[in-house]
Parts: sequence; C-alpha cells; structure tokens
Amino acid sequence: MGMLPVLILIALLFQVLSSYAETGESLWTAGRFLTVGNLSIVAQQASINTVLAAGMTFVILTGGIDLSVGSILAASAMSALLVSLMPGFEHLGLPASLLVGLVLGAMNGALIAFAKLPPFIVTLGSMTAVRGFARFLGSDNTVFNSDLTFAFIGNGSLFGVPWLMIIALATVLVSWVILRRTVLGVRIYAVGGNADAARLSGIKVWWVLLFVYGVSGLLAGLGGAMSAARLYAANGLQLGQSYELDAIAAVILGGTSFVGGVGSIWGTLIGAMIIAVLSNGLILTGVSDIWQFIIKGFVIIGAVALDRYRVAGART
Amino acid sequence: MTMASSSYLRMENVSKTFGRAQALSNVSLDVRLGEIHALMGENGAGKSTLMKILSGAYLPDANSAIYIDQKRVWISGPHAAQALGISIIYQELSLAPNLTVAENIYLGREISRSRFVSRSAMEEGARNILKRLNANFGPRDKVGQLSIAERQLVEIARALNFKCRILVMDEPTTTLSERETDKLFQLMRQLRSDGMAIVYISHRMNEVYELADRVSVLRDGTYVGTLDRSDMVPETVVRMMVGRDVSSFYKKGHSPEGEMGTVAVRVQGVGDGRRVHECSFDVHRGEVLGIAGLVGAGRTELARLVCGADRRASGTIELDGRRIDIRSPLDAQRSGIAYLTEDRKQLGLFLDMSVSENLNLDVIERDSKFGFLNRIAARRRSRKATELLSIKAASSDVAVGSLSGGNQQKVLLARLLETNPRFLILDEPTRGVDIGAKSEIYKLIDDLAKSGIAIVVISSELPEIVGICDRVIVMRGGRIAGSLKGPEITQENIMEIATSA
Repeated sequence: MGMLPVLILIALLFQVLSSYAETGESLWTAGRFLTVGNLSIVAQQASINTVLAAGMTFVILTGGIDLSVGSILAASAMSALLVSLMPGFEHLGLPASLLVGLVLGAMNGALIAFAKLPPFIVTLGSMTAVRGFARFLGSDNTVFNSDLTFAFIGNGSLFGVPWLMIIALATVLVSWVILRRTVLGVRIYAVGGNADAARLSGIKVWWVLLFVYGVSGLLAGLGGAMSAARLYAANGLQLGQSYELDAIAAVILGGTSFVGGVGSIWGTLIGAMIIAVLSNGLILTGVSDIWQFIIKGFVIIGAVALDRYRVAGART
Repeated sequence: MTMASSSYLRMENVSKTFGRAQALSNVSLDVRLGEIHALMGENGAGKSTLMKILSGAYLPDANSAIYIDQKRVWISGPHAAQALGISIIYQELSLAPNLTVAENIYLGREISRSRFVSRSAMEEGARNILKRLNANFGPRDKVGQLSIAERQLVEIARALNFKCRILVMDEPTTTLSERETDKLFQLMRQLRSDGMAIVYISHRMNEVYELADRVSVLRDGTYVGTLDRSDMVPETVVRMMVGRDVSSFYKKGHSPEGEMGTVAVRVQGVGDGRRVHECSFDVHRGEVLGIAGLVGAGRTELARLVCGADRRASGTIELDGRRIDIRSPLDAQRSGIAYLTEDRKQLGLFLDMSVSENLNLDVIERDSKFGFLNRIAARRRSRKATELLSIKAASSDVAVGSLSGGNQQKVLLARLLETNPRFLILDEPTRGVDIGAKSEIYKLIDDLAKSGIAIVVISSELPEIVGICDRVIVMRGGRIAGSLKGPEITQENIMEIATSA
C-alpha cells in the first residue's frame, strides 16, 4: 500500500501536536488537525498540486520529467484572465487556459519525441521561456477580474464538496482509467520500462511521448484555471513558482520509479496528500516558515528512503 | 617446469545457490602457473558464476573452499580478489571511455604525491607496461577512441599493473577480427611463458585446441572433468559438454521439402550501405532457413533491416509474392513479419511488467474496443500461451523479470506468435536458455514450420544450425558468402565458408 501508512501516521501525529501547541497538553480530543473543517482545507490545498502531479505521473512513467508545469500554470492562468476580460469572450476563460496548457505541453512533447532532445533540458528551457511568456502576457503586471465566469471552481462547492476537490479527484480517476484500462496506458508503461523494446514491438513511441507531455501541459492549464478562479487574479512572475518541485515530490513519494515503467496514480494522490498535510499541520502546530521548509525536505527524503528499505527487504 | 606441475589455484566443492535455484554444485577447478586452462560448457553451465565467485562478485556457499598457493583464502569482494592477484577481463569491458589509457590502468589506485594525482608517474608506469605488450597506442590516448582489441590490451595492462598472477578471460575473441585474435593469442602465450595462470572461457572449439594446455568442462552447474592436451578430442569435449549424444537432441518432424516451391519470402539486394551489402535470399513456406556466420558478420544487422528496426538503404522485400514497403517495426508487424531479438532483456521484454501484459502487448490494440483493454481476451490469451509453451510462472501477474531465462524467452516467443506471423525471424532463439527449455524451443520451431510458417533462425551455435535447419546461408563481412542444404550442412562446411578470406 506504499505510503498510505506514512500519511496516516503524519496525520495522527499532527492531531496530537496541534493540541500541544494550543493547550500545552497532548490531548487527542483537543487537536485541531482531524476536524472536518481543517481536512477540507487540506484537500483544497492539495488539489492543484494533485492535478499537476497527475500529469507529472504520466511523464515520469515514461522515464521523463516536466520542469515546466509551474510556468505553464502561470501562462495559462494569465491567458484565462485576459480572455475573460475581453468583451464577448467572458465565457472562454477556462477553455483558453486548457488550450494554452495543451499547446505548450505538446511543444515540449514534439521537441522530445521528434528532435530527440533530453526531457530535462527541453523542459528546463521551456520552464524559463514560458515564465517569460507569462510575464509578457500581462506586461509584467497582475491581472484582476472580479467577475470571473468560472470563479465557482475555485470557491464554490457541489453538494457541500468543494469544486477544487471534485476536479482533483476526477483528474485522478480519469488518469487511472487511462493508465490501467486502455491500450495507451499499457504503452505508456511499456515505453517507460523499455523504450527500445517498445519501438521494436511496433509501439509508436513518438505518439506516447507527445501524449504524456500534452497531458502534463493540459493539466497544468487546468491547474492554472483553478488558481485563477481561486484568486480572481494572476501574476505572471509569482504564480506557480516551484510548483513543479512539489508535483515531482508527490509523484516520487507515491512510489513511482524515476527511471520509468513502475508506479501508480493512487500513489501520486497519497504523495500529494502527504505534502499538503505537512504544510497544513506544521502551520497548525506553530512551526515557523523556515523550519517548515527544512522539515518538509527531510520528510520527503526520509519517506522515500523508508520505502526503498521496505521494498528491498521484501525482495530478499 | 617445476612450477607448472603443481596447482596454484585450487577451487574445491564450490557451490552457489540463488534462492532455491542451485547455480553451482560442488565444482572443482585446478589451475597451474604457466598454463592456459580452458573452461568450457554450454550457456548456463555455470562458467560465469564460477568466475564471478573467483573475482569476488558473488560469495560462494559455506562449504566451498578456495586455495591459492596451497593457502586457503576467502574472497570476500572484488578488492580481496585483486589483493590475491586475480584479474578478470569480461566480455563487456569495464573501462571508462572518457579517461586516458594511463588513468584507466591506474583506476582506483592512482599514484599521488602529497595528495595530488601524479599524472607523469602514472603515464611513465603505463608506458612501460604498454611497451611490454607491444601496444601501438600511448598512455595519453583516450580509451573511447581505441578499438575493442586495443581496449582489451588496456584491460590486460591494468591486470599486469595489479601484479596479477591469475588472469581470467571471458570469451575475449567474440568481437575481434582474425588478425586481432592472432595478436591476442600471441600475447597470451607470452604471458603464459612469463608464468601467469590463465583461465580462458570460450565457445570456439578450434581456439581452445589451438591454445589450451588443459580444458575443464562444466555442465548444468556441475563439474564434469578435466582433459590434458593429449586427450583433447572434439567428440570427447562435446560429449562432456552436452552429456548425451547430440544427434537425438534435435528432431525434425517437418518435412525438409516442406511445401518447397512456394516461396513465402523473397529478400533481394538488401543493404544498409555500412555493415550489410546486397543480401538476397528466399524462404519457402514451412521451411527453416539458418543464417550462420561469425559474430560481426552482419546477421543481426540483416535481420533488423528486414524487420524494419533499422532503415535500409537498398533492396526489396516480397511476402507471398507481394512487394511490401517496410519502414518501421510496426509496418513489419502489420505485414505478418515477427522478429525475435537476440537481446531479450534490452530489446525484447518489459521486465517490470507482468507475464500477461508482455504476452498481450502486440495484440492489445487488435483486441481493444474504443481504446479500452479487453481484459477477458487478455486473460484467455495468456492462459492459452502459458499452457501451449509450458511457461513456468507462479501466476501470469508476476513480473517477467522474475522468471528464468528459458521462461522469459518463451514469453517473448509467445508474444510474437500472438500476432499470427507468416514469417518469423528468430535471432539466437536459445541464447542463455537451459537445456530443457532449449529442446522445447526446438520442438516449437519444428511445429511452427509444420504449420506452414516461413522461419529464419540466426545462431552462433553450429550444432543448433545443423540440427534444426533445412537450408543454411552463411554470412561473412556483411555479405552472403555461400549457402548449404541437406547433407552439405555440417559444422565444418559452415566454418569454412564463414572464415575463408
């Protein structure tokens, strides 16, 4: 079950620690972490990273990496806001965001599949270039729109469940169906497991690569729409900074192999939850911002080390 | 010659178990200083495992004993082996191509003066050793720019630099040209007269007869025996290696005439302009055509051109009388051509994926509906295939990487057969496969031929070619140098065509 025990353990720990921070006593019932209100906040905080990490899972399963998702998110959010401000196009903000994400992701994919450039280098370049593009879109200013037509996805809820959560879970579910129930999914695993063998067995490796980077871009675009909806605003410089690192961390925490071919989308969901629980729990327990970074870093390394140790133990 | 009479390295009762599988059981080996000792055995006989124990890569089981110079030693790791004067030169050379010759020779034991690496001292030392070996390259050359034969020299130089007394060479000649091989043999004889103990692993009988003072044979992880030079007769060695009369091992059930006359495949003038030139051959329906030749003769390269893995520069391919345009492996698969790669781990299987996923990989699209997997069909196919080829796996959900070599090969074969090919190219179909699986694969090839499939078998094992093929073409230097059929197919005839200049 991978990292689920770690997630539960951290959650229980924060319940006790948050009580200690509040009352000076480690009382289970006085904890503020495991409350419906707080867990809903955690889930919403995890939602954008979950969507990005789902796309990242596709990419890492093929043995690649996508460093540009944070920048694509910013560019998509900017596009969404700018389009929504155009008279007569108010309703096209969300589609614009998705389209920009898809196109930028497909450009990454084309460079990797056809020009055969290393994914790290392509997406490192596009991370920088797209960041510049996002700033250019708003002339380096923050763009506001208080009448955003799709604002409900950032703030509204359906039958009491926040739309952000619904979108994140739907993304995970659709990803699972693609990865585990379609021909394309098997081929994604095959390309990640052995690209040479995949080509020899007649798999169109270029199409698989184009698809995974396209999906990663599309989901970054979706993440951009979610951020924009939440804030009613976007800033090309600040939005989505280092989001790619949280997405990669979630995928790796979820047990997906960095060399490709092994991993699952459920693991990614749990990985994204661990990261959100850590951020939220450390704030609740009153840990300073500086220490939050240090602790998060160590937890990521420690959890993966623990997992490796466990898997190695099981094999012998 | 007093030195040569007593044994220097003695391995006794060496056993090695991996989990439940016994790779070696009570193997003995005894090597003297100043001799070249050949170690022979089929693939999977345990030669490599034995040598990995000697080099410290594997630890032997508890009751194993190794003596060097009459003293019992415990080889706990590669460093311990080095300290005992043991060096191994593997088929895949272990050099750093980005470093210079001198840096490679001194790798791991760099000379330093007051903590700084002393390049001049290392280059001086390397130059002396290279001179002893008559090398025509210098210590400052980058290893990446040297030929395979020259890189072997660097490895030997490194061994000499370690003051090595026991040198193991694992099939050093497979990638060498004839002239390079001669030079290497000359050097080995020189090292022998310098008093070194050389263990020489080779599949090539004629090399062993030319070079070795004694030969030890392993079979299925056990020690069969050791022959002195005077007792080394080809028939004896082969019988020791195979353990039974070779002739009964291969059975041809399909008629060698087959449906002769109906040409299934016609390959004409195929070449890539570099390693394969103007190759033409026909394969009839229900026929097994062998492609023989030395390693590097262009057999695999030719097969890859035919199946679309590499781009061909010239030539045409006809299947059942229709010319087909093959530009990719996908094109070949769609026209009914299947290619079994010689390197199943790197180019064939998806080791982390399950047996069932591997078996179905080529046909999932055919079975699918709107891109969704048909899991019922997949389960049915994998059940049928595991039964038909008697694939031994705990379940069809275990990763293919956990299976034995023979079962992995069967999974790969089964995957190809699911596509219902009309033309099957099998490249080294029994490489790294145990004896039992081997005979099952031969039986399968025979059955496939009976069902009318045109089959090409590429093999480096001559008995295999002689045993299962109806017709043989022999390649040399990227061209088809000759063809044999019926009673003409003998190991001697094939070797003659393959090696004649």
